[in-house]
Amino acid sequence: MSNPLRPALVLLVALTAITGLAYPLAVTGIAGAIFPAQAAGSLIERDGRIVGSRLIGQSFTGAGYFHGRPSATTAPDPSDASQTVPAPYNAGNSMGSNLGPTSAALAARVQGDLAARQAENPGAPVPVDLVTTSGSGLDPDLSPDAALFQVPRVARARHLPEDRLRALVAARTEGRRLGILGEPRVNVLALNLALDDLSGR
Amino acid sequence: MTLNGWLQIALYGAVVLALVTPLGRYMTRVFEGERTVLSPVLAPIEHGLYRAAGIDRRQEQTWLGYAGAMVLFNGAGFVLLYALLRLQAFLPLNPADQAAVAPDLAFNTATSFVTNTNWQSYGGETTLSYLAQMLGLTHQNFVSAASGMAVAVAVIRGFARASTTTLGSFWVDMTRATLYVLLPLCLVLALFYVSQGMPQTLSPSVEATTLEGARQTIAVGPVASQVAIKMLGTNGGGFFNANAAHPFENPTAVSNLVQMLSIFALGAGLTNVFGRMVGDERQGWAILAAMGLLFAAGVALTYWAEASAHGVLAQLGLTGGNMEGKEVRFGIAASALFAVITTAASCGAVNAMHGSFTALGGLVPLLNMQLGEVIVGGVGAGLYGMLVFVVVAIFVAGLMVGRTPEYLGKKIEAREVKMAMLGILCLPLMMLGLTALATVVPAGLAGPANAGPHGFSEILYAYTSAAANNGSAFAGLSANTLFYNTTLALGMLVGRFFVKIPVLAIAGSLAAKKRVPASAGTLPTHGGLFVGLLVGVVLILGGLTFFPSLALGPLVEHFAGTAGQTFATGG
Repeated sequence: MSNPLRPALVLLVALTAITGLAYPLAVTGIAGAIFPAQAAGSLIERDGRIVGSRLIGQSFTGAGYFHGRPSATTAPDPSDASQTVPAPYNAGNSMGSNLGPTSAALAARVQGDLAARQAENPGAPVPVDLVTTSGSGLDPDLSPDAALFQVPRVARARHLPEDRLRALVAARTEGRRLGILGEPRVNVLALNLALDDLSGR
Repeated sequence: MTLNGWLQIALYGAVVLALVTPLGRYMTRVFEGERTVLSPVLAPIEHGLYRAAGIDRRQEQTWLGYAGAMVLFNGAGFVLLYALLRLQAFLPLNPADQAAVAPDLAFNTATSFVTNTNWQSYGGETTLSYLAQMLGLTHQNFVSAASGMAVAVAVIRGFARASTTTLGSFWVDMTRATLYVLLPLCLVLALFYVSQGMPQTLSPSVEATTLEGARQTIAVGPVASQVAIKMLGTNGGGFFNANAAHPFENPTAVSNLVQMLSIFALGAGLTNVFGRMVGDERQGWAILAAMGLLFAAGVALTYWAEASAHGVLAQLGLTGGNMEGKEVRFGIAASALFAVITTAASCGAVNAMHGSFTALGGLVPLLNMQLGEVIVGGVGAGLYGMLVFVVVAIFVAGLMVGRTPEYLGKKIEAREVKMAMLGILCLPLMMLGLTALATVVPAGLAGPANAGPHGFSEILYAYTSAAANNGSAFAGLSANTLFYNTTLALGMLVGRFFVKIPVLAIAGSLAAKKRVPASAGTLPTHGGLFVGLLVGVVLILGGLTFFPSLALGPLVEHFAGTAGQTFATGG
């Protein structure tokens, strides 16, 4: 081999074309044909409007909706682009809190959330996922306990009997995949859509 | 800890073991240059590439020629990726109008992908165009992994051959690894991931109006094609900032299992390739057994730590384990398992934030990387890393009984041991040396987000991850600065090439040796005694080198947290 530059450059260009262009475009084409809904982002429409993605959590604040977990995502500060401000469930900038196990900031945040949760449902133990942020800040799920914990508050706000809401949560609870993988969970957006349907909005 | 959690872990181990033989058999055929089931489709492409590149398939290279070709190819890849990142604003497929990547960040990111590290100083969805993700990152994911496999195969040939000067052709090994192993598996995996809910689209971000009337901008993109290779090639660089914790990058517990399997699949299979090519499969299983013992211990400790009380959360009376930084759909067991896998292999993808793990839960990923990621390890890199430790273990055994050490019929002599120690020593030099630097200069001290011992752990984790070519992080560290981008890139380069090149030198010198027949005095290297010796050498070398740094970070934090102490920034 006289000049080793030739194989290096030719292979670089050819493999770039194969793995960097042909491969992702082929996957895009095939995926779009056989799994169009998933490939586009598992979007949910209601009345012709996109209300979100089944896989991406969103911020719910009203008492009449089930709330997702706390989220640590941020957005640029509108008044100073070099700073960031909290923006829960910002699906354009996923992140966790990255607070360590001895962080005073974590202790203060959890303490505040804990007090707020206890106030809405006194006496019940607070499930840990309701006061901890997820890794992505976009966790679409709650543990079944965390959804059930919110039933009294939602029932008061919607003037619905608690039993019906508990049944709704049970119906929307998904078990472990293949009976063994992951943990049982409730998709918050799907639950709230079902809740709207239940109370006729 | 729950029974179900342990069942998930056991299921994972069983499937990995079941994959070893079929993958080993297939990859052996690929690297021996034989026909495979995919040859009718791929052989014409392969031969076309050789013709265009002027490569003679039968012309083999010496270790120096092999190393030179690898460095040249990776160097050219670096230049291309750097240019793509700097110029992305002027190139197509940029629906979000991302600006040019800053010079230091582009240098760091290009280094990071060429060295198979995939450290994320960048935040995927906020920094990169689709073209940069595909043409730049996806492409490097393939070829950096293929380079690692090629070097591993060359090293295997060094052990398998006798009285020869050549180790094979880098061009052929790298091309065949890409075409016959990585590409077909990725095509299948990517489509499976889409079926689970992973997006694969060139459309721009989606605007949604939530039930409460707020606007939500949802970043999408060609995710699945990149995630398939990021896992299989143990690259780990995320399409999104939150990596495999992002629901689009890891939608379900099933996609999570498949991702974890694909991290270990090729690395574990390569131990079988090793056994087959040296003519005794038991040699491969012995190495895998040593890896498996270290892995099982790491998983048990991490799962226990994460399922038990977390410093701050425990004091507030919360039960249910440490869910800070973890996703509900995975839970504690699958998050702990993922963390140990991703750092045992040099993957660096994360499905939970390691920086929010308990002190002891975070210690295991750190230690895994400090041991050189030889527990299955990166594709190729894990096997050749472990073979370096094998050389040292054999040498130590030889010293103990007072005869010239031998491995697979090859005498291990001064040159091999020197090269092995060079490869082993460059890691602590980068990991500890650069950590020490960052803890005394203001630009380094500005980085950590957490105060106290956790801040030190963030710095230590960053340089450990860089030099080990892992890429995961205690992500509180603000690493996108001139100081961190540059020093971390230095760590990645030294950690990659100052291991690969000495390892090829060992292979070259072994290939030239004659084979000596085994005698009654030869230490059998396929049994429990040797496995124990190998595990011991890895732990003693790693432990002695890194224990002081672990004591200053995670161990101090564990005891402080147990005593109820917290640390506030600025205090």
